[in-house]
Amino acid sequence: MMAKDNGTASAGKKKPINEMTLIFPALSRNESFARVVAASFISQLDPSIEELADVRTAVSEAVTNAIIHGYEDKAGNIKMICLLYDDSVEITVIDEGKGIENIELARQPLYTSKPDMERSGMGFTVMETFMDEVKVESEVGKGTKVTMLKYFKSLKDKERRAKNDK
Amino acid sequence: MQVKFSNKGNILIVRLIGELDHHASDYVRRKIDGEMIKPTTKNIIFDLSNLSFMDSSGIGIIMGRYRAISRINGQIAVACSNAQILKLLEMSGISKVIQIFSDADKAVKSMLGVTKK
Repeated sequence: MMAKDNGTASAGKKKPINEMTLIFPALSRNESFARVVAASFISQLDPSIEELADVRTAVSEAVTNAIIHGYEDKAGNIKMICLLYDDSVEITVIDEGKGIENIELARQPLYTSKPDMERSGMGFTVMETFMDEVKVESEVGKGTKVTMLKYFKSLKDKERRAKNDK
Repeated sequence: MQVKFSNKGNILIVRLIGELDHHASDYVRRKIDGEMIKPTTKNIIFDLSNLSFMDSSGIGIIMGRYRAISRINGQIAVACSNAQILKLLEMSGISKVIQIFSDADKAVKSMLGVTKK
């Protein structure tokens, strides 16, 4: 069973100007590593501090989900793919863990499959708030793929200001 | 990740330093709960001024302590001026149930009832 939601991450429309794939073990100490790598990779576009913080936060949530829910703290690898476009970035976080049975339910604010862990159940809501598009694909027993798109609106503003200055 | 404590009367001030994510959350939770069981603690102020990053793991920690402190009719306040963390507190709904101040001094004063509203 392949479960898909109706997210609309617009992958593959344009050619990325740069790309990067990172594979790392599902260890909680790699959460900060993954978000630092993602942030420094997109820094070459010179986005705003707020946009950088948005991406760091969303990556942290996606990687944490893979560790806690995908692999349930067991060993496994997480793959993070960053496709950088001239005005945006698409970040995909993939695990080969247990998968999500009901994606719609998992995306509900405050829903958590692990209430005993005192998780807030806000992971997907944070990703949706801090990024522009979030697509979740999952297959039970196979794993989960979260694709997030962020437009760097600050770059457009900079362009506009530069034009107006002329 | 560092957790530092100080007391003002029955207020426990929890100063978090570093990055609060899922990796740090177990340690932070253990430290805070160890301090919370002391009978002198009735209210808590989370001072996030020295936190450079927080994700939803931090929301889980604050909400968990909020529930515990509410049971003993205590109060919780948060001191924070970091835009990313404020955005997170806002979207999670925490700012609807917990008062947020720009710094810890203001939170303490408000909690002690020193400042006039």
